Amino acid sequence: MARRDRMSGNEAVSYAICQINPDVMPAFPITPSTEIPQMVSNYIANGQMDTEFIPVESEHSSMSAAIGAEAAGCRSLTATSSAGLALMWEELLLAASNRMPLALALVNRTLSGPININCDHSDGMGARDTGWIQIYAENNQEAYDNFIQAYPIAEDARVHLPIMICQDGFITSHAVENIELLETEDVKNFVGEYEPEEFLLNPGKPIAVGPYSVVSYAMEAKKNQEDALEASKEVILEVAKKFEAMSGRSYGLFEEYRMEDAEYAMVIIGSAAGTAKEAVDLLREQGKKVGLLKIRVFRPFPEKEIANALSGCKAVAIMDRCESYNGNCGPLGMEIPAGLYRNKVFLESVNYIYGLSGRDFTVEDAKGVFLEIEDMVVNGTEVKQHRYIGLRK
Amino acid sequence: MARTLEIRWHGRGGQGAKTAALLLADVAFKTGRYVQGFPEYGPERMGAPITAYNRISDNPIRVHSNIYTPELVVVVDETLLHSVNVTSGLSENGAVIVNTKETADEIRPMLRGYKGKIFTVDAREISVKALGKYFPNSPMLAAAVAVSKVMDKEEFLSEMRASYQHKFAKKPEVIEGNMKALEMTFDALEK
Repeated sequence: MARRDRMSGNEAVSYAICQINPDVMPAFPITPSTEIPQMVSNYIANGQMDTEFIPVESEHSSMSAAIGAEAAGCRSLTATSSAGLALMWEELLLAASNRMPLALALVNRTLSGPININCDHSDGMGARDTGWIQIYAENNQEAYDNFIQAYPIAEDARVHLPIMICQDGFITSHAVENIELLETEDVKNFVGEYEPEEFLLNPGKPIAVGPYSVVSYAMEAKKNQEDALEASKEVILEVAKKFEAMSGRSYGLFEEYRMEDAEYAMVIIGSAAGTAKEAVDLLREQGKKVGLLKIRVFRPFPEKEIANALSGCKAVAIMDRCESYNGNCGPLGMEIPAGLYRNKVFLESVNYIYGLSGRDFTVEDAKGVFLEIEDMVVNGTEVKQHRYIGLRK
Repeated sequence: MARTLEIRWHGRGGQGAKTAALLLADVAFKTGRYVQGFPEYGPERMGAPITAYNRISDNPIRVHSNIYTPELVVVVDETLLHSVNVTSGLSENGAVIVNTKETADEIRPMLRGYKGKIFTVDAREISVKALGKYFPNSPMLAAAVAVSKVMDKEEFLSEMRASYQHKFAKKPEVIEGNMKALEMTFDALEK
């Protein structure tokens, strides 16, 4: 039985954590994710869960402690944002390469400077090549649902990788909206008990975690890690199917919105997708064949599936809430065209940078993007390939 | 109500404009609506101008941008009228509610040519009479409901009593005062 409620994104993820009741949560506060450890601490103090909460002195320590707990055989997690994730950098790579299936609730916030607390994806995107699975959410409901699917994906024997469940700072994390919650018993049954095959505190079967690897074996470890990330795609879809059977809510690697006959598509991540869907509906009313592809799973990157979904389009607007500082494009602006090329799908594309450091993204902005790529195709109008929108005039 | 009601709150850090927006989302949710309540964050400090928003609809709400063309604007602190263009984008068919001792006619010259409806509420007087202290957010919340008619008065009051009982579980002595502040605001606006 689902329960209708209203919650902010941070409340929703904290409630999911309470329902799952993992073993260990080390955390250090940083805006806008601070509420998550705060609310989890409340649940623990109120006796609603018995997770071992470890207040630590930095994010370097919170991720280290989460890895330590996971290596010992516990189900662990932490939460962070922005500079907190940046300070975890070394440990992020260790979590993935040591194949620790721990979870991280990432509340996306820009990286300095200028110092700013608001949303963009530069923290998560900065960690895109650390070997973590990354799943992004449009709203509080998706953040909650994604977190409940996190451990079944990460802990699957074919995967054994850490997973980052991302939501947009403030826009989602601090906005109170309607949500449907699952019964705790259903969540517990869905996630199950954590029974690692190998772990440090197992005298019957000793293992080493994080040892030196000589040249003759180290490269194989890297390849195994890449194979696991590739395999996670299938597991993510299997877990989504089971989640749909329980909740009635369906999830894939990405969501296609009015893409059936779309000639002009927008690829976007996170809360701005909802805003852009409104623009799609308004333009469809005017007879424009527009559609939207919202990326849910960014790592592993489903390039073949995306190329296939875009193959019937005339042009695509690739939306990045993050700059790559490579002189050409943002992260999606790099991955999508490369994926299209590798899959021999050739169409026009423009990479738009929007919403940096909390700059608002409106329905009008989204409409403007669709009309611009249409104009580019229909009238041959020149459009800069790497273009900023929403800048001050 | 097929459309989405959009409300923008202007206040100063510490006055409870954000809390009022979240409470409005809360009561509207309890009457079966789809809701959004969210603040716009900047450097957080007491007294700095802050903005909060509500969307209330009979249909799921997907838009996650700020609100630029509200139907209702609530000004929790009248000193903001000097520095913030509070009626920016406000529909002339909509309304602005200002917390002030002044009348609507006295406030109009401060609203940069705005031609729509103006309501004034003396939240200080109401709050001090009802609670013995100045907390403008309960009167301004009641004013937002009274003016927007987003829900029925009795339904609102009964949901607010339940909210206050939950929110002030540890200091039940303030519940009656807050309820009185809500009712006094409705009475003042019905005059």
